[in-house]
Amino acid sequence: MAPATYELTVNGQKRSVTADPGTPLLWILRDELKLTGTKYGCGIAACGACTVHVGGVATRSCVVPVSLIGDRPIVTIEAISQDPVGRAVQDAWVSHDVVQCGYCQSGQIMSAVALLKRNRKPTDKNIEESMGGNICRCGTYVRIREAIKMAGAQP
Amino acid sequence: MSRSRMGVGLAWFLLTVSVAVFATSAQESPNRTAPRRADGLAAWQQIHSVLIHPRCINCHTAVDYPQQGDERRRHYANVVRGPDGHGVPGLQCATCHQESNANSTGVPGSHDWHLAPLSMAWQDRNDKPLSSAAICRAITDRRTNHNMDGPALLKHNAEDTLVGWAWEPGRDIHGNTRTVPPLSRAEFAEATRQWVEAGMPCPQL
Repeated sequence: MAPATYELTVNGQKRSVTADPGTPLLWILRDELKLTGTKYGCGIAACGACTVHVGGVATRSCVVPVSLIGDRPIVTIEAISQDPVGRAVQDAWVSHDVVQCGYCQSGQIMSAVALLKRNRKPTDKNIEESMGGNICRCGTYVRIREAIKMAGAQP
Repeated sequence: MSRSRMGVGLAWFLLTVSVAVFATSAQESPNRTAPRRADGLAAWQQIHSVLIHPRCINCHTAVDYPQQGDERRRHYANVVRGPDGHGVPGLQCATCHQESNANSTGVPGSHDWHLAPLSMAWQDRNDKPLSSAAICRAITDRRTNHNMDGPALLKHNAEDTLVGWAWEPGRDIHGNTRTVPPLSRAEFAEATRQWVEAGMPCPQL
């Protein structure tokens, strides 16, 4: 398919990219915009490492073509600390020393922020369901759960 | 012939014709009703063949998750139904499914992608499709079908965007075109119209 130019809003900034319409957003972020905090894991939306926010929705950037983004704003891990909930989550991550290898953690944090924006006091079941699509090979799930609860308790 | 005798004669004629027409109608009534129900049941069988196709029934589960593929496997990535059929905050349907198909990545999409409510489950909790009669009863029960009457059901089947996705399902992750229901959308709508006009009969259990 012929390349097309897309005007995206990424982390509050207008960015213009020219790409094949079928190009997944992940590769636009990483290769075109050099925002490499968002990771490639499986490429089929099965692991969650590529999670960003599109229009406020936690989104698997590896399976969403750039042509389907439209005018919805994109937020990546690079800017999540500018959001109060995002800041609280990152602080809790540090407090609980959540990260081990770290590869999945940007996706984990983006999903956790999406959860807490809708539910500030999630139960274990809420956390397991909302984070169920984010896989951590290091098995940091228990610390992730505690950090989410801590972040949710912040005023 | 006097005017009064002509009037009496005309009245008898009209009465005789009326009785004859009524009698004929009464005799035909059972014969007209039976084919009407039979036609409706035949139309229902066509409708049913569409409803149990994976493009439709995969999102009419009785459990906490949708299904995928022609084999109707459980949706991967631990996707769950959520309180309103749109998933849960960190893992919504819209986390992957957009407003249209993403053929380059194999993810299907349409407006307002979501699961049908549990009241519209067409499967049991072991993922086995319900009987044709049970599905028909669920669809015609206005306590469970969003209070849809016949015309509303026809409009739903003929015009709803998400229903229509079943006939434009795009390509899967391997680049293969997804299978579609055995009837075309137009045939499905026509079968629904015939079924509704026949009084929406359901098969016996």
